[in-house]
Amino acid sequence: MTKVRIPPTLRNEVGGERELIGEGETVREVLEDLSGRYPALEAQLFEQGDLAPFVNVYVGGEDVRTLDGLDTRINGGSMILLPAMAGGAPASRRDAC
Amino acid sequence: MATYRELLARVKGEIEEVGAAEARERRSEALFVDVREREEWEEGGVPGAIHVPRGQLESRIEGLVPDRSREIVLYCSGGSRSAFAAKALQELGYENVASLTGGFTDWKRNGFPIETPRSLSSEQRRRYSRHLLIPEVGEAGQERLLGGRVLLIGAGGLGSPASLYLAAAGIGTLGIVDADVVDDSNLQRQIVHSTETLGEPKVASAKRTIQALNPDVEVKPYEERLTSENVERIFGEGWDVIVDGADNFPTRYLVNDASVWHGIPVVHGSIYRFEGQVTVFNPGEGPCYRCLFPSPPPPELAPSCAEGGVLGVLPGIVGSLQANEALKLVLGIGDTLQGRLLLLDALGTTIDEVSVQRDPNCPVCAEQPTITEYVDYVEFCQGVRG
Repeated sequence: MTKVRIPPTLRNEVGGERELIGEGETVREVLEDLSGRYPALEAQLFEQGDLAPFVNVYVGGEDVRTLDGLDTRINGGSMILLPAMAGGAPASRRDAC
Repeated sequence: MATYRELLARVKGEIEEVGAAEARERRSEALFVDVREREEWEEGGVPGAIHVPRGQLESRIEGLVPDRSREIVLYCSGGSRSAFAAKALQELGYENVASLTGGFTDWKRNGFPIETPRSLSSEQRRRYSRHLLIPEVGEAGQERLLGGRVLLIGAGGLGSPASLYLAAAGIGTLGIVDADVVDDSNLQRQIVHSTETLGEPKVASAKRTIQALNPDVEVKPYEERLTSENVERIFGEGWDVIVDGADNFPTRYLVNDASVWHGIPVVHGSIYRFEGQVTVFNPGEGPCYRCLFPSPPPPELAPSCAEGGVLGVLPGIVGSLQANEALKLVLGIGDTLQGRLLLLDALGTTIDEVSVQRDPNCPVCAEQPTITEYVDYVEFCQGVRG
Protein backbone atom coordinates (compact mmCIF):
# COMPACT_ATOMS: atom_id res chain seq x y z
CA MET A 1 0.00 0.00 0.00
CA THR A 2 1.70 3.15 -1.22
CA LYS A 3 0.59 6.76 -0.98
CA VAL A 4 1.01 8.47 -4.35
CA ARG A 5 0.81 12.23 -4.59
CA ILE A 6 -0.96 13.37 -7.74
CA PRO A 7 0.09 16.73 -9.23
CA PRO A 8 -2.63 19.24 -10.09
CA THR A 9 -2.10 18.76 -13.83
CA LEU A 10 -2.97 15.04 -13.55
CA ARG A 11 -5.96 15.35 -11.26
CA ASN A 12 -8.51 15.46 -14.06
CA GLU A 13 -7.34 11.96 -14.97
CA VAL A 14 -8.08 10.62 -11.46
CA GLY A 15 -11.40 12.25 -10.61
CA GLY A 16 -9.80 15.21 -8.85
CA GLU A 17 -7.96 13.18 -6.18
CA ARG A 18 -4.83 14.77 -4.66
CA GLU A 19 -3.51 11.50 -3.34
CA LEU A 20 -4.16 7.88 -4.26
CA ILE A 21 -3.27 4.58 -2.68
CA GLY A 22 -1.57 2.13 -5.03
CA GLU A 23 -0.72 -1.55 -4.65
CA GLY A 24 2.56 -3.12 -5.66
CA GLU A 25 6.18 -3.69 -4.70
CA THR A 26 7.81 -1.59 -7.42
CA VAL A 27 7.16 1.77 -9.05
CA ARG A 28 5.96 -0.03 -12.19
CA GLU A 29 3.47 -2.17 -10.28
CA VAL A 30 2.06 0.78 -8.36
CA LEU A 31 1.71 2.95 -11.46
CA GLU A 32 0.13 0.06 -13.40
CA ASP A 33 -2.30 -0.46 -10.55
CA LEU A 34 -3.29 3.22 -10.72
CA SER A 35 -3.49 3.19 -14.52
CA GLY A 36 -5.70 0.12 -14.34
CA ARG A 37 -8.18 2.01 -12.21
CA TYR A 38 -7.77 5.34 -14.01
CA PRO A 39 -7.05 4.45 -17.65
CA ALA A 40 -6.58 8.09 -18.71
CA LEU A 41 -3.50 8.20 -16.49
CA GLU A 42 -1.59 5.65 -18.53
CA ALA A 43 -0.96 7.92 -21.52
CA GLN A 44 0.38 10.61 -19.21
CA LEU A 45 2.83 8.36 -17.36
CA PHE A 46 4.17 5.84 -19.85
CA GLU A 47 5.81 6.16 -23.22
CA GLN A 48 6.63 2.95 -25.10
CA GLY A 49 6.53 0.96 -21.89
CA ASP A 50 8.92 3.26 -20.07
CA LEU A 51 8.37 6.27 -17.84
CA ALA A 52 7.47 9.30 -19.98
CA PRO A 53 10.43 11.70 -20.07
CA PHE A 54 8.36 14.68 -18.93
CA VAL A 55 7.20 13.04 -15.68
CA ASN A 56 9.44 12.64 -12.67
CA VAL A 57 8.65 10.01 -10.05
CA TYR A 58 10.17 10.23 -6.60
CA VAL A 59 10.30 7.47 -4.01
CA GLY A 60 11.42 8.58 -0.59
CA GLY A 61 12.43 11.93 -2.09
CA GLU A 62 14.76 10.40 -4.72
CA ASP A 63 14.19 10.51 -8.46
CA VAL A 64 13.63 6.91 -9.57
CA ARG A 65 15.72 7.62 -12.69
CA THR A 66 18.70 7.78 -10.34
CA LEU A 67 17.60 4.49 -8.73
CA ASP A 68 16.27 1.51 -10.68
CA GLY A 69 13.71 3.37 -12.78
CA LEU A 70 10.36 1.63 -12.97
CA ASP A 71 11.86 -1.36 -11.18
CA THR A 72 12.69 0.71 -8.09
CA ARG A 73 11.26 -1.01 -5.03
CA ILE A 74 8.95 1.05 -2.87
CA ASN A 75 9.90 -0.45 0.51
CA GLY A 76 7.18 1.39 2.36
CA GLY A 77 8.11 4.83 0.99
CA SER A 78 5.63 7.24 -0.48
CA MET A 79 5.61 8.33 -4.10
CA ILE A 80 5.39 11.75 -5.69
CA LEU A 81 4.51 12.23 -9.35
CA LEU A 82 5.86 15.47 -10.72
CA PRO A 83 5.61 16.94 -14.18
CA ALA A 84 7.34 20.25 -14.91
CA MET A 85 5.25 23.33 -14.24
CA ALA A 86 5.99 26.57 -15.98
CA GLY A 87 2.67 28.18 -16.14
CA GLY A 88 3.11 26.61 -19.51
CA ALA A 89 1.49 29.20 -21.68
CA PRO A 90 2.42 29.13 -25.35
CA ALA A 91 5.40 31.34 -26.08
CA SER A 92 3.19 33.97 -27.63
CA ARG A 93 1.10 34.30 -24.50
CA ARG A 94 1.88 37.42 -22.56
CA ASP A 95 0.39 36.79 -19.14
CA ALA A 96 3.28 35.90 -16.86
CA CYS A 97 2.38 33.73 -13.91
CA MET B 1 43.23 52.71 43.13
CA ALA B 2 45.21 52.53 39.90
CA THR B 3 45.89 55.31 37.41
CA TYR B 4 45.16 54.79 33.73
CA ARG B 5 48.86 54.22 33.02
CA GLU B 6 49.12 51.64 35.76
CA LEU B 7 45.98 49.88 34.59
CA LEU B 8 47.19 49.84 30.98
CA ALA B 9 50.58 48.49 32.00
CA ARG B 10 48.94 45.75 34.06
CA VAL B 11 46.57 44.77 31.25
CA LYS B 12 49.42 44.70 28.75
CA GLY B 13 51.22 42.33 31.05
CA GLU B 14 48.27 39.96 31.02
CA ILE B 15 47.75 39.71 27.27
CA GLU B 16 49.76 38.75 24.23
CA GLU B 17 51.08 41.60 22.12
CA VAL B 18 52.45 41.31 18.60
CA GLY B 19 54.47 43.80 16.56
CA ALA B 20 53.46 44.90 13.09
CA ALA B 21 55.88 42.58 11.30
CA GLU B 22 54.74 39.50 13.19
CA ALA B 23 51.10 40.46 12.83
CA ARG B 24 51.64 40.69 9.11
CA GLU B 25 52.98 37.12 9.13
CA ARG B 26 49.78 35.97 10.82
CA ARG B 27 47.46 37.59 8.29
CA SER B 28 46.71 34.40 6.39
CA GLU B 29 45.44 32.62 9.51
CA ALA B 30 44.28 35.26 11.96
CA LEU B 31 41.13 37.35 11.86
CA PHE B 32 42.01 41.04 12.23
CA VAL B 33 39.51 43.04 14.25
CA ASP B 34 39.65 46.82 14.08
CA VAL B 35 38.29 48.22 17.36
CA ARG B 36 38.60 51.91 16.49
CA GLU B 37 35.71 54.30 16.01
CA ARG B 38 33.87 54.43 12.70
CA GLU B 39 35.50 57.66 11.52
CA GLU B 40 38.95 56.18 12.02
CA TRP B 41 38.03 52.93 10.24
CA GLU B 42 36.61 54.82 7.27
CA GLU B 43 39.97 56.44 6.67
CA GLY B 44 41.60 53.07 6.14
CA GLY B 45 42.43 49.81 7.88
CA VAL B 46 44.18 46.46 7.49
CA PRO B 47 42.82 44.67 4.38
CA GLY B 48 40.36 41.92 5.30
CA ALA B 49 39.83 43.20 8.84
CA ILE B 50 36.36 43.42 10.32
CA HIS B 51 35.35 46.54 12.17
CA VAL B 52 33.82 46.32 15.66
CA PRO B 53 34.12 49.51 17.71
CA ARG B 54 35.58 48.91 21.17
CA GLY B 55 32.30 49.85 22.82
CA GLN B 56 30.42 47.07 20.99
CA LEU B 57 33.09 44.39 21.13
CA GLU B 58 31.81 42.25 24.00
CA SER B 59 28.20 42.32 22.77
CA ARG B 60 28.97 41.51 19.14
CA ILE B 61 32.01 39.25 19.12
CA GLU B 62 30.18 35.99 19.86
CA GLY B 63 27.93 36.53 16.88
CA LEU B 64 30.83 37.40 14.61
CA VAL B 65 33.35 34.84 15.89
CA PRO B 66 31.53 31.92 17.49
CA ASP B 67 34.70 29.78 17.51
CA ARG B 68 36.61 30.76 20.66
CA SER B 69 39.77 29.02 19.50
CA ARG B 70 39.97 31.24 16.38
CA GLU B 71 43.19 33.28 16.17
CA ILE B 72 42.37 36.98 16.51
CA VAL B 73 44.59 40.05 16.16
CA LEU B 74 43.01 43.19 17.58
CA TYR B 75 44.20 46.64 16.63
CA CYS B 76 43.39 50.27 17.30
CA SER B 77 45.42 53.34 16.41
CA GLY B 78 48.21 53.02 18.99
CA GLY B 79 47.76 49.71 20.82
CA SER B 80 45.99 50.79 24.01
CA ARG B 81 42.31 50.27 23.20
CA SER B 82 43.20 46.96 21.55
CA ALA B 83 45.03 45.87 24.72
CA PHE B 84 41.91 46.40 26.82
CA ALA B 85 39.90 44.71 24.06
CA ALA B 86 42.21 41.68 24.16
CA LYS B 87 41.77 41.46 27.91
CA ALA B 88 37.99 41.54 27.49
CA LEU B 89 38.07 38.78 24.88
CA GLN B 90 40.27 36.65 27.14
CA GLU B 91 37.66 37.01 29.84
CA LEU B 92 35.02 35.91 27.36
CA GLY B 93 36.99 32.73 26.81
CA TYR B 94 38.78 33.54 23.54
CA GLU B 95 41.97 31.51 23.68
CA ASN B 96 44.09 32.93 20.92
CA VAL B 97 43.95 36.71 21.06
CA ALA B 98 46.72 39.23 20.49
CA SER B 99 46.90 43.01 20.44
CA LEU B 100 48.91 44.86 17.81
CA THR B 101 51.52 46.99 19.60
CA GLY B 102 51.81 50.39 18.04
CA GLY B 103 48.45 49.81 16.38
CA PHE B 104 47.49 50.85 12.87
CA THR B 105 49.85 53.84 13.11
CA ASP B 106 52.82 51.53 13.35
CA TRP B 107 51.38 49.22 10.68
CA LYS B 108 51.21 52.15 8.25
CA ARG B 109 54.68 53.37 9.23
CA ASN B 110 56.03 49.97 8.19
CA GLY B 111 54.51 50.47 4.76
CA PHE B 112 52.24 47.43 5.13
CA PRO B 113 49.10 47.20 2.95
CA ILE B 114 46.05 49.22 3.87
CA GLU B 115 42.65 49.57 2.32
CA THR B 116 39.94 52.14 2.59
CA PRO B 117 36.58 50.40 3.11
CA ARG B 118 33.67 51.40 0.93
CA SER B 119 31.33 52.55 3.59
CA LEU B 120 27.63 53.07 3.89
CA SER B 121 26.18 56.54 4.21
CA SER B 122 24.44 57.36 7.48
CA GLU B 123 21.12 57.15 5.61
CA GLN B 124 22.03 53.67 4.34
CA ARG B 125 23.06 52.60 7.83
CA ARG B 126 19.58 53.52 9.05
CA ARG B 127 17.80 51.94 6.08
CA TYR B 128 19.67 48.65 6.34
CA SER B 129 20.14 48.64 10.12
CA ARG B 130 18.27 45.33 10.55
CA HIS B 131 20.67 43.71 8.08
CA LEU B 132 23.70 45.26 9.75
CA LEU B 133 22.71 43.63 13.03
CA ILE B 134 22.80 40.13 11.51
CA PRO B 135 26.33 38.71 11.82
CA GLU B 136 26.01 36.82 8.50
CA VAL B 137 25.20 40.07 6.66
CA GLY B 138 26.69 43.02 8.51
CA GLU B 139 28.25 46.00 6.79
CA ALA B 140 30.41 43.93 4.45
CA GLY B 141 27.39 41.88 3.38
CA GLN B 142 25.27 44.95 2.84
CA GLU B 143 27.99 46.37 0.62
CA ARG B 144 27.94 43.13 -1.36
CA LEU B 145 24.19 43.48 -1.79
CA LEU B 146 24.58 47.08 -2.92
CA GLY B 147 27.14 45.92 -5.46
CA GLY B 148 24.95 42.95 -6.48
CA ARG B 149 23.32 42.50 -9.89
CA VAL B 150 20.21 40.35 -10.22
CA LEU B 151 18.27 39.77 -13.44
CA LEU B 152 14.57 38.97 -13.14
CA ILE B 153 12.89 37.08 -15.96
CA GLY B 154 9.31 38.33 -15.79
CA ALA B 155 7.70 41.07 -13.74
CA GLY B 156 4.60 39.01 -13.02
CA GLY B 157 3.40 37.04 -10.01
CA LEU B 158 6.83 35.67 -9.10
CA GLY B 159 8.84 38.69 -10.21
CA SER B 160 6.65 41.04 -8.15
CA PRO B 161 7.55 39.87 -4.64
CA ALA B 162 11.05 38.86 -5.70
CA SER B 163 11.83 42.29 -7.14
CA LEU B 164 10.29 44.11 -4.17
CA TYR B 165 12.25 42.16 -1.55
CA LEU B 166 15.48 42.31 -3.54
CA ALA B 167 15.04 46.05 -3.96
CA ALA B 168 14.21 46.53 -0.28
CA ALA B 169 17.32 44.52 0.61
CA GLY B 170 19.41 46.95 -1.40
CA ILE B 171 20.45 44.85 -4.40
CA GLY B 172 22.21 47.59 -6.35
CA THR B 173 21.12 46.67 -9.87
CA LEU B 174 17.93 44.87 -10.84
CA GLY B 175 17.40 43.95 -14.48
CA ILE B 176 13.82 43.15 -15.46
CA VAL B 177 12.87 41.40 -18.70
CA ASP B 178 9.18 41.60 -19.61
CA ALA B 179 7.38 42.61 -22.80
CA ASP B 180 3.93 42.72 -21.24
CA VAL B 181 1.71 45.61 -20.17
CA VAL B 182 -0.18 45.72 -16.87
CA ASP B 183 -3.64 44.20 -17.22
CA ASP B 184 -6.40 44.27 -14.62
CA SER B 185 -6.35 40.46 -14.37
CA ASN B 186 -2.72 40.73 -13.14
CA LEU B 187 -3.48 42.71 -10.00
CA GLN B 188 -4.87 39.76 -8.00
CA ARG B 189 -1.24 38.70 -7.48
CA GLN B 190 1.26 41.00 -9.23
CA ILE B 191 1.83 43.40 -6.36
CA VAL B 192 4.63 45.40 -7.92
CA HIS B 193 1.97 46.92 -10.22
CA SER B 194 -1.11 48.88 -9.30
CA THR B 195 -4.43 50.13 -10.60
CA GLU B 196 -2.69 53.38 -11.43
CA THR B 197 -0.29 51.67 -13.83
CA LEU B 198 -2.88 49.70 -15.82
CA GLY B 199 -1.89 49.68 -19.47
CA GLU B 200 1.72 50.68 -18.79
CA PRO B 201 4.63 48.42 -19.73
CA LYS B 202 5.29 46.14 -16.76
CA VAL B 203 8.98 47.05 -16.70
CA ALA B 204 8.10 50.75 -16.36
CA SER B 205 5.45 50.07 -13.73
CA ALA B 206 7.84 47.86 -11.73
CA LYS B 207 10.63 50.39 -12.03
CA ARG B 208 8.43 53.12 -10.60
CA THR B 209 7.37 51.01 -7.60
CA ILE B 210 10.91 49.80 -6.93
CA GLN B 211 12.43 53.26 -7.05
CA ALA B 212 9.78 54.59 -4.70
CA LEU B 213 10.68 51.77 -2.31
CA ASN B 214 14.45 52.18 -2.54
CA PRO B 215 16.26 54.86 -4.53
CA ASP B 216 19.57 53.00 -4.01
CA VAL B 217 18.47 50.48 -6.65
CA GLU B 218 19.15 51.00 -10.33
CA VAL B 219 16.50 49.29 -12.45
CA LYS B 220 17.48 48.23 -15.95
CA PRO B 221 14.27 47.60 -17.90
CA TYR B 222 14.24 45.26 -20.90
CA GLU B 223 10.86 45.71 -22.54
CA GLU B 224 11.19 42.65 -24.72
CA ARG B 225 10.58 38.93 -24.67
CA LEU B 226 13.68 36.91 -23.95
CA THR B 227 14.60 35.11 -27.18
CA SER B 228 17.58 33.34 -28.73
CA GLU B 229 18.28 36.61 -30.55
CA ASN B 230 18.53 38.92 -27.52
CA VAL B 231 19.61 36.54 -24.74
CA GLU B 232 23.34 36.98 -25.38
CA ARG B 233 23.05 40.77 -25.21
CA ILE B 234 20.97 40.70 -22.00
CA PHE B 235 22.83 37.92 -20.13
CA GLY B 236 26.17 39.33 -21.32
CA GLU B 237 25.67 42.46 -19.25
CA GLY B 238 27.00 40.57 -16.25
CA TRP B 239 24.66 39.25 -13.58
CA ASP B 240 25.34 37.54 -10.26
CA VAL B 241 22.02 35.70 -10.17
CA ILE B 242 19.00 35.19 -12.43
CA VAL B 243 15.54 34.89 -10.88
CA ASP B 244 13.39 32.91 -13.30
CA GLY B 245 9.71 33.68 -13.08
CA ALA B 246 8.90 32.95 -16.71
CA ASP B 247 5.47 31.78 -17.70
CA ASN B 248 6.30 29.31 -20.44
CA PHE B 249 8.52 26.35 -21.23
CA PRO B 250 10.41 27.77 -24.23
CA THR B 251 11.68 30.60 -22.02
CA ARG B 252 12.54 28.17 -19.20
CA TYR B 253 14.73 26.08 -21.50
CA LEU B 254 16.27 29.17 -23.09
CA VAL B 255 17.09 30.65 -19.67
CA ASN B 256 18.62 27.33 -18.67
CA ASP B 257 20.85 26.90 -21.69
CA ALA B 258 22.02 30.52 -21.65
CA SER B 259 22.70 30.47 -17.90
CA VAL B 260 24.77 27.28 -18.21
CA TRP B 261 26.82 28.82 -21.01
CA HIS B 262 27.25 32.09 -19.09
CA GLY B 263 27.85 30.34 -15.75
CA ILE B 264 25.14 32.31 -13.92
CA PRO B 265 23.10 30.64 -11.14
CA VAL B 266 19.33 30.58 -11.66
CA VAL B 267 16.74 30.66 -8.89
CA HIS B 268 13.81 28.80 -10.38
CA GLY B 269 10.21 29.20 -9.27
CA SER B 270 7.01 27.91 -10.84
CA ILE B 271 3.40 27.89 -9.74
CA TYR B 272 0.02 26.46 -10.65
CA ARG B 273 -3.23 26.80 -8.72
CA PHE B 274 -2.17 25.96 -5.12
CA GLU B 275 1.20 24.38 -5.85
CA GLY B 276 4.66 25.76 -6.27
CA GLN B 277 8.17 24.52 -7.03
CA VAL B 278 11.41 26.26 -6.08
CA THR B 279 15.03 25.27 -6.64
CA VAL B 280 18.46 26.66 -7.54
CA PHE B 281 20.39 25.68 -10.66
CA ASN B 282 24.06 26.51 -10.24
CA PRO B 283 26.05 25.79 -13.41
CA GLY B 284 29.04 23.54 -12.86
CA GLU B 285 28.09 23.00 -9.21
CA GLY B 286 24.71 21.29 -9.35
CA PRO B 287 22.01 20.11 -11.73
CA CYS B 288 20.42 22.30 -14.40
CA TYR B 289 16.79 22.56 -15.48
CA ARG B 290 17.34 19.94 -18.19
CA CYS B 291 18.73 17.53 -15.58
CA LEU B 292 15.47 17.93 -13.66
CA PHE B 293 13.09 18.01 -16.62
CA PRO B 294 14.76 16.64 -19.76
CA SER B 295 11.60 17.22 -21.80
CA PRO B 296 8.77 19.70 -21.48
CA PRO B 297 5.34 18.17 -20.95
CA PRO B 298 2.86 18.01 -23.82
CA PRO B 299 0.52 21.02 -24.00
CA GLU B 300 -2.42 19.22 -22.35
CA LEU B 301 -0.24 18.63 -19.27
CA ALA B 302 1.02 22.19 -19.21
CA PRO B 303 -1.84 24.58 -18.73
CA SER B 304 -0.92 28.17 -17.99
CA CYS B 305 -2.01 30.20 -15.00
CA ALA B 306 -4.24 32.06 -17.45
CA GLU B 307 -5.91 28.75 -18.28
CA GLY B 308 -5.77 26.96 -14.94
CA GLY B 309 -5.67 29.77 -12.42
CA VAL B 310 -3.46 30.41 -9.45
CA LEU B 311 -4.14 31.45 -5.86
CA GLY B 312 -2.96 35.05 -5.62
CA VAL B 313 -0.78 34.58 -2.55
CA LEU B 314 1.05 31.54 -3.93
CA PRO B 315 3.45 33.52 -6.15
CA GLY B 316 3.96 35.75 -3.09
CA ILE B 317 5.30 32.76 -1.16
CA VAL B 318 7.28 31.24 -4.02
CA GLY B 319 8.67 34.58 -5.24
CA SER B 320 9.76 35.45 -1.69
CA LEU B 321 11.57 32.12 -1.42
CA GLN B 322 13.28 32.97 -4.70
CA ALA B 323 14.37 36.33 -3.29
CA ASN B 324 15.77 34.54 -0.23
CA GLU B 325 17.83 32.19 -2.40
CA ALA B 326 19.05 35.09 -4.56
CA LEU B 327 20.15 37.08 -1.51
CA LYS B 328 22.09 34.11 -0.12
CA LEU B 329 23.79 33.58 -3.48
CA VAL B 330 24.85 37.24 -3.63
CA LEU B 331 26.03 37.16 -0.01
CA GLY B 332 27.68 33.76 -0.33
CA ILE B 333 26.09 32.50 2.88
CA GLY B 334 23.92 29.60 4.01
CA ASP B 335 22.75 26.55 2.08
CA THR B 336 20.84 27.17 -1.10
CA LEU B 337 18.27 24.91 -2.73
CA GLN B 338 20.93 23.64 -5.15
CA GLY B 339 20.23 19.93 -5.65
CA ARG B 340 16.90 20.16 -3.86
CA LEU B 341 13.45 20.90 -5.25
CA LEU B 342 11.00 22.36 -2.77
CA LEU B 343 7.36 21.45 -3.39
CA LEU B 344 4.77 23.68 -1.79
CA ASP B 345 1.11 22.86 -1.43
CA ALA B 346 -0.75 25.94 -0.23
CA LEU B 347 -4.04 24.04 0.09
CA GLY B 348 -2.72 21.50 2.58
CA THR B 349 0.01 23.89 3.79
CA THR B 350 2.74 21.32 3.31
CA ILE B 351 6.29 21.61 2.06
CA ASP B 352 8.06 18.57 0.62
CA GLU B 353 11.56 18.28 -0.70
CA VAL B 354 12.96 15.96 -3.33
CA SER B 355 16.55 15.64 -4.43
CA VAL B 356 17.73 16.72 -7.88
CA GLN B 357 20.95 15.29 -9.22
CA ARG B 358 23.13 16.19 -12.15
CA ASP B 359 22.38 14.05 -15.16
CA PRO B 360 25.71 12.73 -16.48
CA ASN B 361 24.07 12.59 -19.92
CA CYS B 362 22.52 16.07 -19.74
CA PRO B 363 22.56 17.50 -23.28
CA VAL B 364 23.66 20.93 -22.01
CA CYS B 365 25.56 20.71 -18.71
CA ALA B 366 27.25 17.30 -19.01
CA GLU B 367 30.95 17.08 -19.77
CA GLN B 368 30.19 16.08 -23.35
CA PRO B 369 27.15 18.21 -24.21
CA THR B 370 25.16 17.50 -27.35
CA ILE B 371 23.50 20.91 -27.43
CA THR B 372 26.01 23.74 -27.65
CA GLU B 373 24.03 26.50 -29.30
CA TYR B 374 20.57 27.95 -29.06
CA VAL B 375 17.78 25.86 -30.60
CA ASP B 376 14.27 26.82 -31.65
CA TYR B 377 12.75 26.61 -28.18
CA VAL B 378 9.13 27.00 -29.28
CA GLU B 379 9.49 24.09 -31.66
CA PHE B 380 11.38 22.09 -29.01
CA CYS B 381 8.50 22.55 -26.59
CA GLN B 382 5.76 21.75 -29.08
CA GLY B 383 7.28 18.76 -30.76
CA VAL B 384 7.56 16.56 -27.74
CA ARG B 385 5.13 13.84 -28.60
CA GLY B 386 4.52 12.49 -32.03
